Amino acid sequence: MMTTLTALCAFGVVSILLIVLVYIAYQGISSLTLQFLIETPKPVGEGGGIGNAIVGSLILLGLASLVGIPLGIATGTYLAEMGDGWFGTIVRFVADTMIGIPSIVFGVFVYALVVLQQGYFSTLAGAIALALIMIPIVTRTTEEIVRLVPKSMREGALALGAPQWRVTWDIVLPAAITGIATGAMLAIARVLGETAPLLFTAFGSRFYNINLDEPMASLTVQIYNYAISPFEEWHAKAWAATLVLITLILFINIIVRFVTRKKH
Amino acid sequence: MPDESYHNNLTARGFSAGESRRKFFSSDKIFRFSLTACAVLILLIVLAMLAVMTQSSWLSVKEFGFGFLFGRVWDPIKGEFGALPFIYGTIVSSILALLIAAPISVGVAIFLVEQAPKSIARPMAFLVELLAAIPSVVYGLWAIFVLAPLLREYIQPPLQASFGWLPFFKGTPTGIGMLTGGIILAIMITPIITAVVRDILETVPVTQREAALALGATRWETTKIVLANASSGIAGAIVLGLGRAIGETMAITMIIGNRPQISASLFEPGYTIASVIANEFTEATGDLYLSALIEMGLILFLVTFIVNGLAKLLILSVSRRTAQSH
Repeated sequence: MMTTLTALCAFGVVSILLIVLVYIAYQGISSLTLQFLIETPKPVGEGGGIGNAIVGSLILLGLASLVGIPLGIATGTYLAEMGDGWFGTIVRFVADTMIGIPSIVFGVFVYALVVLQQGYFSTLAGAIALALIMIPIVTRTTEEIVRLVPKSMREGALALGAPQWRVTWDIVLPAAITGIATGAMLAIARVLGETAPLLFTAFGSRFYNINLDEPMASLTVQIYNYAISPFEEWHAKAWAATLVLITLILFINIIVRFVTRKKH
Repeated sequence: MPDESYHNNLTARGFSAGESRRKFFSSDKIFRFSLTACAVLILLIVLAMLAVMTQSSWLSVKEFGFGFLFGRVWDPIKGEFGALPFIYGTIVSSILALLIAAPISVGVAIFLVEQAPKSIARPMAFLVELLAAIPSVVYGLWAIFVLAPLLREYIQPPLQASFGWLPFFKGTPTGIGMLTGGIILAIMITPIITAVVRDILETVPVTQREAALALGATRWETTKIVLANASSGIAGAIVLGLGRAIGETMAITMIIGNRPQISASLFEPGYTIASVIANEFTEATGDLYLSALIEMGLILFLVTFIVNGLAKLLILSVSRRTAQSH
């Protein structure tokens, strides 16, 4: 009896996933044209697309990764290699807790720190907010992976007279690189779907833009704007943009799954 | 076999046992220092968040004091800001989400760890994890166009017909409101709670299950023993889910109705702390208005930090205990 009940829970939850995905595909596919993927948003009735939003998301992600991933890897390596003392415990605890801080809070913080001082919304502000979200995620996955590298490998290198930094740099990190990379990919996938921290940092834009000092469009904010509009035509665009976003995110997740599975 | 190649690698890169340790002493120190600096940076970021948000919300903190938390009026035009309706909306929607998600998540975790054969459990666990990969804004979109109409047409009317005498089910069933918000939050936190409970159940030693079975316990009785042993960790997982529900922004903003009111009815629209920040931040005119919104952010920061810390401690207590019993 109990097994039936728990199985029902499990299959129920999985079927919600399938329902959501199938519905997105069904609604999104009809408006998904090449034009839609290239054009910028236009007033109702004139078509328009998500070209600038896709580029904007990529720029924001790229910038955020540039800062967030190295910092996360460094902190994670610190925690795994020399973080067993009281200080490491505190950092680990804070990083863990930081993962659970709502993303919108990072938006508020960056707004107060950057946007308020500069006086305008900017790509840079958005990227900082995303980077802050990435750091603790990459930190924790890196630590877990680096800890999996067998002690014997470290000891072997040390016994050969290698200093600790070369052991970490040349032995431990290369051995853990696949795992670290997949952790970074997951952080990218997570941040790709973030909307709240971008609302009042990168803000959104109707144009193609590469100036980091100006507001920047993103897929998620564009979906939000299309979704809460009263126009049916825009709702269709929201679904199509969602299909693009979800495809990217699922693609990353499935690749990561495939890579990590092969290793075990 | 890998050891061999690593040794070769080492010598190829110029190490030999004879090299003096002093030569490397300083580079080792630099390396240590840079890694430590990155770790310190994380702490600094969190402290900076606290400092900057406190400073930016000081105007509102000074003006309203603790009364901010209990004020029922939110009127930007008159410059009156009270957070109570938002706090109420956040608490009610989160608790609603937990009531739905907690039992289901524990059920899913039990099924995946204790009951299902590996060939089913592994892909299924992956699919449940994928549910967590779907962005909030996508859930919001889906909730507006699928969940809300569904509730309005097929769930809310019969609920009202049979339980309409309860204050929770009064008002016009529009599909937009607290109930829909709670349900979408539940869907979003289920994969998180499930993942943590799964991890915890997996740390319970197999010997414990074998001992119970050997004493003649049925499988379900065995599972109950395992659950009892992991109870504080499961509580931690649920608290972690609570933290996520409290801070969830986009989906709930799109579906809860965004009306700052305190109503017992779950069919009525509400408003949450995160939603009011998302909705009004870019429109905030005047320093006091902006300051009040940043104070909302500060409250969210403090509450989720404490809730997550608590969850972490609860989860740690289990993994420590099971580590000792090995």
